[in-house]
Amino acid sequence: MPLKSKDVLGLEDLSVEEIELILQTAEPCKQIFTRDIKKLPTLRGKTMVNLFYEPSTRTRTSFELAGKWMSADVTNIATASSSVVKGESLKDTARTLEALGANIIVIRHQMAGAPHVIARCVKASVINAGDGMHEHPTQGLLDLYTIREHKGRIAGLKVVIIGDILHSRVAKSNIWGLTKLGAEVTVCGPPTLIPQGIERMGVNVEYDLDVALRGADVVNILRIQLERQKKGLFPTIREYSRLYGVNAKRLRAARPDILVMHPGPANLGVEITGDVAEGVRSVIHEQVTNGVAVRMALLYLLSGGGASGEIAG
Amino acid sequence: MALVEKARIMDSDGIRRATMRIAHEIIEKNKGADDLSFVGIRTRGFPLAKRLAEAIQQIEGTKLPVGILDITLYRDDLTTIAVQPVVHKTEIPFDVSEKKIILVDDVLYTGRTIRAAMDALMDLGRPRSIQLAVLIDRGHRELPIRADYIGKNVPTSRREVISVRLAEIDGSDEVIIQEFSENSSHPCQS
Repeated sequence: MPLKSKDVLGLEDLSVEEIELILQTAEPCKQIFTRDIKKLPTLRGKTMVNLFYEPSTRTRTSFELAGKWMSADVTNIATASSSVVKGESLKDTARTLEALGANIIVIRHQMAGAPHVIARCVKASVINAGDGMHEHPTQGLLDLYTIREHKGRIAGLKVVIIGDILHSRVAKSNIWGLTKLGAEVTVCGPPTLIPQGIERMGVNVEYDLDVALRGADVVNILRIQLERQKKGLFPTIREYSRLYGVNAKRLRAARPDILVMHPGPANLGVEITGDVAEGVRSVIHEQVTNGVAVRMALLYLLSGGGASGEIAG
Repeated sequence: MALVEKARIMDSDGIRRATMRIAHEIIEKNKGADDLSFVGIRTRGFPLAKRLAEAIQQIEGTKLPVGILDITLYRDDLTTIAVQPVVHKTEIPFDVSEKKIILVDDVLYTGRTIRAAMDALMDLGRPRSIQLAVLIDRGHRELPIRADYIGKNVPTSRREVISVRLAEIDGSDEVIIQEFSENSSHPCQS
């Protein structure tokens, strides 16, 4: 197997070579979108389980489609109607799924480290679909793929990540991936939402959005979780929007070819205006499409594909 | 597990003559070059397909389209073989529907690659027909698949490896037979 681990738990753990291989493998996977028949026999006989302890539309659906398009048998577990409500532990759930024949377990959990716990107690491959405030590696990978698809490279690009860096697993995965591939990353947001010492991850910190946007090639706008305001991390939604909301006027001062990204779902009118989200520089919908391609690539690579060499046949 | 070279069975002239002969056979069988399109299986099927298309252009004056097909994702034996290549893009710049497709590969062996290629082509459209051209047929078929055009039939044992080298990829044209020196099975058995 070309990936060193049976699991993908975070971009912190992946080498540059592994990230490159995943992105390269995602390219032919994306071609499937252009076809009438979106079906490959690659994962016939494999069983994939989506175990989501938190709500999700994009991630869960794109994992499901990725598995189905590659002919895996895909099961979705809604934890609200599973034995989790009876007190079944995470390990028990994982072992039960493996006993039922799961080869790949995709897990989203509100607790950081939950995927790591189950990865240690099952032989199946475990993919982290987001764990607490820790990482969301497949979102990071699809963001890297989208940037490279449009810009042709990652190295040397100036990427600004705006918003709630403190609580965002998307930001963490993006930072790991972008810095490993040589991008210059700046995080921007209210001081209450920027973790202390984040510079140690190899990023710049800027509290003024207009300064951060100057010369940026890419802006990745994070969703503001409105409940953060109730905790007093910023005074009002209106103030946040005025200081850190990305709008057309602000973008006019940025590079004309700046790429506007958002992991979704967006609070239109708060962190991003509707015209920017739907504008010509936005690749938000493409990110969703690329998510399926990247996840197909991961499923292929975790199932044994991707080693160099050729098959005689 | 070392590979030892046993024999050189084709040189660049041999490959050129075989290519030219296959080109004539394709024209003869299809009564010309109308509606023909070439699809080469990555990696070495593609340069062979381009050479056949060029040869037909020399003979008939008709320029034929050539595409490249990566069948890696169409293999259904992902975990049962030792080597899975890196996936590359399929680039077929024409609609395969209602075309007479000449599928080209360097070596025909078990037939599983060709089955996968046919599945891939069917997913891209509905060709009028698919014909198969290979430079080498080494036998040991595991599926009921045969080539329509063969450069050279080479009876082999399963311990042997046919290595086709083409100038576009390897820097020179030749076909050699190699054999595993140890008493072990073929790592690419498929």
